[in-house]
Amino acid sequence: MQAVRINEAGLARDEWFERLKLFGLGSPAMLLILIILVVPVGWLFYVSFIGADGTFSLENYERMLKRKSYARIFQTTFEVSFLTTGLCILIGYPLAYFISGLPNRIANLCLITVLLPFWTSLLVRTYAWLVLLQKRGLVNEWAMSLGLWDEPIKIVHNMTGTLIGMVHIMLPFLILPVYGAMRAIDRDLMKAASNLGASPRRAFWTVFFPLTLPGLFAGSLMVFILCLGFFVTPAVLGGGKVIMVSMKIVSNIELFVNWGAASALGVVLLVATVAILWVASRFLNLERMTGGGH
Amino acid sequence: MKTRTLLTISAAIMATSAFAQDKSVTIASWGGSYQEAQSKALFEPAAANTGVEVKQETYGGMSDVRLQVSSGQVTLDIVASGSGSAARAAAEGLLEKLDFDVIDVSTFYPSLYTDYCLGGDVFSTVYAWNTETFGDNGPQSWADFWDVEKFPGTRAYRGAVAGALEPALMADGVAPEDVYSVLDSEDGIERAIDKIRELKSDIAVFWTSGAQQAQLMKDGEVDMTTGWNGRFDNAAKDGAMVKYSFNQALLDYDCFAIPKGAPNRDTAMEFLNEISKPEYQDDLPKYITYGPTNKAAYDTGEITAAVAAGLPSSPENAALQLPVSLDWYAKWETIAAEMYQEMLTE
Repeated sequence: MQAVRINEAGLARDEWFERLKLFGLGSPAMLLILIILVVPVGWLFYVSFIGADGTFSLENYERMLKRKSYARIFQTTFEVSFLTTGLCILIGYPLAYFISGLPNRIANLCLITVLLPFWTSLLVRTYAWLVLLQKRGLVNEWAMSLGLWDEPIKIVHNMTGTLIGMVHIMLPFLILPVYGAMRAIDRDLMKAASNLGASPRRAFWTVFFPLTLPGLFAGSLMVFILCLGFFVTPAVLGGGKVIMVSMKIVSNIELFVNWGAASALGVVLLVATVAILWVASRFLNLERMTGGGH
Repeated sequence: MKTRTLLTISAAIMATSAFAQDKSVTIASWGGSYQEAQSKALFEPAAANTGVEVKQETYGGMSDVRLQVSSGQVTLDIVASGSGSAARAAAEGLLEKLDFDVIDVSTFYPSLYTDYCLGGDVFSTVYAWNTETFGDNGPQSWADFWDVEKFPGTRAYRGAVAGALEPALMADGVAPEDVYSVLDSEDGIERAIDKIRELKSDIAVFWTSGAQQAQLMKDGEVDMTTGWNGRFDNAAKDGAMVKYSFNQALLDYDCFAIPKGAPNRDTAMEFLNEISKPEYQDDLPKYITYGPTNKAAYDTGEITAAVAAGLPSSPENAALQLPVSLDWYAKWETIAAEMYQEMLTE
């Protein structure tokens, strides 16, 4: 009895030490997050309430309500982000499915091709699209010489060009997590489904697809969030007409006497993003719950 | 993040160490071929002649100066800036008042310096056209730029408000000398923006940088654009089919300013006086097609008649143009920029 009790106390002590150790190991990261994330974001909130005369003021937010351009810029930002995410899913999911079914060696080769653009600068890739898509660019020249169309079509310096560029840049962020989720699925589950009489389509939608959802969600989230802050690609391929929040932040820093004019935009974007994610996560949980009920 | 180009003219310092041993100034400009031209024509020779040690940096514009001044840690003594943003920085109290007892502006064009910013070079905002599309006889006025029947083709226009409203009013029939009085109200600004709305469906691109103007013309992406004359000269040198006219162009200038609390304020004043002398300014057009701000630079014989004819600030060309009003920008730019962005996002 006594020995056991001593042992119990020893275990409890060990556990306590273990926790302390974990906390010790984790604290540098937590401190880092505090210093480089929490403090600056707090500062951003604070500065956004400081007016041009240096006192507390709501003018930076009032301006956003007064001028219609701000609402339109936020609308464009979310529109571009949603469309890019949607297109990435449409293109990326089938591709990931295709690659995940290939023999290991070829699949790895395919993944390297997916990853390859990652090693080229974003700016270079964006300008490359400009060269390809412009009026006298390769796409128009080739299409016209092949007789596909007679007049150069406008596929850059507008929303179309912006989306083409952004989908290209964002695609790996979607494909990789989805591919990871697909590889982790035991393919015998599909065989079991067929064995129980499910058609391939039914097996895919009731067994395979739900299992890829966490990967799809992670990938879509990453793409969406990265899109919200995009600057270079819409600035270069949007022709000055696709104005996203990041671009407006830059012009406000140059234009207004106070940093708050730009900070307020960041705050609104942050709040809007968190709100959308909250709604999305609720929606997704529901989805999963109904999926589990089948 | 910032590339710091440390330029030590040690030979010069040694030669004149007796009188200027510890004098140095830090100058920030925009980098690229522009700063290279300034460096070769102005900074390096002036440093050699005065013995002042010059440290050069590149910077991100007046927002950098604002940060330095508001945090009380000013490291820059002289900054090169666009005239408009310098005027606003001055209104914000970010700049030192220039001492014209030290800086000799007696032969300057009077419109090319203010109490806070001393003109360094003159450039024009012009309309340029593709000579393949329109030949040598392109648009000759802003009304022509707006006339899509006489000159069918796509346009590019500035994505920011600076230099964007004056052409629209001239195209709308306002005489150049009345442009700024019409613009002196929100209604006047709206009138100019409405004129741009009229053309908007033919504007394929709203450009945001000088490099972009040149690229758009070089690639034949648009048939006509607004932009800075020097960029089109460089593009033409690279084989672009581009021409421009000075008629009704906007005469503007870049200038040098001293941030408030600059560590070497007095040396900076003396150095500004030095680089404003005609013997330096007359070398600038050799490196970039921007004109001198000191009239006397035309009298030294360094600028040939042929070169002068192509410069924005030559008397003949300057007479054709509307000088940009800094007072208007100081008063209205923020409001006008917000109104302009509404048009852009429609």
